Amino acid sequence: MFDWKWDFTWEILPRLVYATGNTLIAAGAGYVIAVVLGLMLALAQRTPSKALTFTVREFVEFIRSTPLILQIFFVFYVGPQFGIRLSPWMSGMIAIGLHYACYLSEVYRGGIESVPKGQWEAAIALNMTTAQKYRRVIIPQAIPPALAGMGNYLVGIFKDTPMLSVIGVAELIHTANAIGSENYRFLEPYTMVGIIFLAISLPAAGVIRLFEGYVRRKLGL
Amino acid sequence: MGLYDFLAQYWPRLLSGAGITVAQFLLAAALGVAISLCMGLMKLSQNALLRGTAVTYIEIFRGTSLVVQLYWIFFVLPLFGLTIEKFTAGYLAVGMNIGAYGAELVRGGILSVPKGQWEAALAINMSPAQRMRRIILPQALVNMLPPWGNLMIELLKGTALVSLISVADLMFEARQINASTFLSAQVFGAALVIYYVLARFLVTPFMRWLERHMARKLGRT
Repeated sequence: MFDWKWDFTWEILPRLVYATGNTLIAAGAGYVIAVVLGLMLALAQRTPSKALTFTVREFVEFIRSTPLILQIFFVFYVGPQFGIRLSPWMSGMIAIGLHYACYLSEVYRGGIESVPKGQWEAAIALNMTTAQKYRRVIIPQAIPPALAGMGNYLVGIFKDTPMLSVIGVAELIHTANAIGSENYRFLEPYTMVGIIFLAISLPAAGVIRLFEGYVRRKLGL
Repeated sequence: MGLYDFLAQYWPRLLSGAGITVAQFLLAAALGVAISLCMGLMKLSQNALLRGTAVTYIEIFRGTSLVVQLYWIFFVLPLFGLTIEKFTAGYLAVGMNIGAYGAELVRGGILSVPKGQWEAALAINMSPAQRMRRIILPQALVNMLPPWGNLMIELLKGTALVSLISVADLMFEARQINASTFLSAQVFGAALVIYYVLARFLVTPFMRWLERHMARKLGRT
């Protein structure tokens, strides 16, 4: 019943390992965009301008309630209609980075709101400018409580990279599809992809939990 | 082609796609809730075998990507003689995936019921099954409904992936229309708006209503 071929598995393994590299690069690059952009989206919601806050808030809600795969298509296909050509990698990184930026902005928001009121008042009492206040007082205290959520989304972004295969980014699922249709064998490539995902995301989740515990102890929580 | 002309021509296809999306959502939600309840209770069981099964299930489905699970169910299971029709494979994969996340919510909800309630149920001589059904689960349900609201949005977004195995949902119709007309901004924009409306004006209000309704039933208003 199990028609598993080990020699075929070994033969395709190098290609899958190479694709794993691409998957990790995509997840890493997307995450860097999300971390930076997410902070900007969170801070944009704290300006005195009500219109800006409202717009950003609605934008974040919109991105968070629509499917990532649709956003990937949108970025990839709508650009050329207006004369902007983006490579699959480029559009993929924009879409996935923006999607997770919206999730991370909520995490940052929670972190910023958890900074005690006295800290804000103290910063004002010291005559700090708004930029100084955020950079030197608020953000350093807002990040540690947000770290757990940030870690979870790092694993989340990794598990969402297969969606990039639809526009031709050569990550794991894209490679497995290619191997499958070249050889008419889907059992080994898809199963190996599943195992590779487990082998990366389970230890990663464990490390994040340990790190979270370490930060909590460090902060005396 | 302007947006109005575009919608006038293609709304029947977008609507039928949205209908399939809603059907996939409802079926996957029913399956997901059932699996969550089973796996959540099994993870809290005294029996090591039941607990081990639940932990394995949860880790496998949370540790790999939904795309991988979908492809595995659709392309690999037939090799074991278990051919599943694409529509069924779609909601099976999405429901099983959400079930693993939901199981953790069920477990957390049950653990959040105060110890006194367990002891009181024991004191009035209830059997474990009675205690769970009549005392613990109703209170656990109220406690876990808010995170279930987020999970339902994730589920709705997850159904967009069934288009990858050619289920004719909204995402699939949008891709088909895009491929034949190249009106990417119109078609993907319209699809984004439809997903947003489903999430923001149907799923979220329903979950909010359910939260209030259940809280009232327990006399917590």
